[in-house]
Amino acid sequence: MTDLPLMNMVQALNSALREEMRRNPRIVVLGEDVGRRGGVFLVTDGLIDEFGAERVIDTPLTELGIVGVAVGMALYGLKPVAEIQFIDFIYEALDQLLSEAAKIRRRTGGMYSAPIVVRGPCCGGVRGGMFHSQSPESYFVHTPGLITIMPSTPYDAKGLLKSALRSEDPVVFLEPKILYRTVREEVPEEDYVVPIGKARVAKEGSDVTVVTWGAMVYQALEAAKLVKARHGWDVEVIDLRTLFPFDKDAILESLEKTGRLMVVHEAPRTLGLGAEIAAYVAENAIDMLRAPIKRVTGFDAPFPLVHEKLYMPNVARIYMGLSKLMKY
Amino acid sequence: MGSRFYSTDWPFREYSLDDIGFDLRRALGLYRVIDEEGEQVGDFDVDVDRLLEMYVYMVRARILDDWLLRLQRVGKVALHAPNKGQEAVGVGAAMALDGGDWLFPSYRELGAYLVKGMSEEEILDRAIANIDDILRGSEFAVYGKRSVNLVPAPVPVGNQAPHAVGAAMAAKILGHRTVVMAIFGDGATSRGHFHAALNFAGVFKAPVVFVVQNNQWAISLPSRRQTASVTFAVKGVAYGVPSVRVDGNDVLAVYTIAREAVERARRGEGPTLVEAVTYRMGPHTTADDPDKYRDPGEVKLFEKLDPIIRFKKFLYKKGFLDEDQDRRIWEEWSSRIEDTVKKCYNKPPLPVDVILENVYSKPTWNLLEQYEELKESLEIIRELGLEVD
Repeated sequence: MTDLPLMNMVQALNSALREEMRRNPRIVVLGEDVGRRGGVFLVTDGLIDEFGAERVIDTPLTELGIVGVAVGMALYGLKPVAEIQFIDFIYEALDQLLSEAAKIRRRTGGMYSAPIVVRGPCCGGVRGGMFHSQSPESYFVHTPGLITIMPSTPYDAKGLLKSALRSEDPVVFLEPKILYRTVREEVPEEDYVVPIGKARVAKEGSDVTVVTWGAMVYQALEAAKLVKARHGWDVEVIDLRTLFPFDKDAILESLEKTGRLMVVHEAPRTLGLGAEIAAYVAENAIDMLRAPIKRVTGFDAPFPLVHEKLYMPNVARIYMGLSKLMKY
Repeated sequence: MGSRFYSTDWPFREYSLDDIGFDLRRALGLYRVIDEEGEQVGDFDVDVDRLLEMYVYMVRARILDDWLLRLQRVGKVALHAPNKGQEAVGVGAAMALDGGDWLFPSYRELGAYLVKGMSEEEILDRAIANIDDILRGSEFAVYGKRSVNLVPAPVPVGNQAPHAVGAAMAAKILGHRTVVMAIFGDGATSRGHFHAALNFAGVFKAPVVFVVQNNQWAISLPSRRQTASVTFAVKGVAYGVPSVRVDGNDVLAVYTIAREAVERARRGEGPTLVEAVTYRMGPHTTADDPDKYRDPGEVKLFEKLDPIIRFKKFLYKKGFLDEDQDRRIWEEWSSRIEDTVKKCYNKPPLPVDVILENVYSKPTWNLLEQYEELKESLEIIRELGLEVD
């Protein structure tokens, strides 16, 4: 028996924002339609009623303005949360995010920092087409000075967003929109955090390690079930949660056990985060490996409107990869 | 059509130009207090001590600018963006701020840095990037100091415009009476950052003052090719931001209009854009050769319009300064700054580990790993007698 409420990810994120805004009067939320509308996915729903229009700010339509103004607010001492309505629209703001938020601590000799949280829905699976489905995490992971997070469960979403809201560094917080309402679980209403930089073992196993994040965690779990049933292979699934700084120790610990590594992500393959993880393992732990590293990723093409489930990693492609690894 | 105007938002309201709430003509005119001959042609409200203070700041900026140029030529400074000819804008604008106000300057604002409270020594340490460099060797040609609310400029031009708006909005949200000023050049007005900043400032009535330092040139591009607008100030009008064009070689004009804007912002009446029309007498930076694109005759013309000479003529005519006093000001500051240069010149360099510091609040694991790699490389450099850095 438990008293914990069941929440989906939208509700979990909303409660994280609400609790942290009560706790810290310097937190403000700004973005397109975040006020009265409560955000197009309702992540900021009702915040304007509790905290007023001064702390929940409907902005003009420019991501560059939203992030640039958030940086200025942070320099002055506020803790801004900039919502990007769809993360695909972040590119207009990359100069502010990559040149300013990420570098301002460094370029001011540590005098100033801009620990903003930039959050927004990412990734595919909802027939969003080219500009409502992207997974741009590599741009952020590649930029020194940023922390990048992508939760896969409501519990983690709340705990990680709370950590982001207490971070002294700028955080890009990516929310797989397909998981907003499809997964419900028990989420505490009292205060807790999920630490930045720690992965979660979504399923223990001894034959092969699948490192993944976001909605692909569920595809990996599906595939793990399939290969267990068909071949008896025992897959360990690691949900990375923090994409940078990623939990290298969790990956190495798992590999010590399995000796086989697969990375699964929705983003295109070339220079995706899978490349960095593969390189890290190859450089530091190649003697643990019993088979070449396998990547199962989005194809190196723009995200399609049609056949998106075939573009994204799916159970079939993960199954193919696992077979290769196990039969090597 | 004619003189009937209607609002964009429904239900359409009819209005007249007088209902806009500010004077469009100020964005098209050119406000002046002192003419080229040093005659007073407009009103000002500044006492003699402060007038002389302004003059001394301009002199200090000019002398320091010359030293930075020389230090760059001997390889002691990586790059310098000469300030010569633009002293009236930085000094006049920054003097309009009160002590607690924030300034987001551009590079090329020596006068503003001095006024805001960075000393010549701090500026020289910074330029040389020695052990006392406040910015710890992070970048060239930019200056700032947190204790005086002077935020170091970004090198991509105009990136600081939205920061100034955000800081101003934050001050307003926190109930502070802080006013925030941003200074950037004519080139920056073509970037999205400028437009986003003006738009936000107008919508949220942020207590911010934008100063467009129109020095006629963005590297090799003349301002007439930067925009087809008749003035840069008129761009502010489009965002509902009262805008004024001033003679940027007239320090009292810049000060008077900037002060009016600062007071307006502090009263809660929102943002102002000030276009200060001046002239870049030197190259864009020490890496630039303006003879390739600019008629040297033009520079000769503007040397006659030098803001320091103009202000001096005015001070002489008013009897606030005489030749003897002027000579002493130049001598005193030349000698003081020369001493400072000597002091900063031989300070030791920054330690090597600065290249990996201040990336995060605490170093991440990859930085710790890479720090070990850096240390090891130094040992190899020593061991093999290599010349790398």
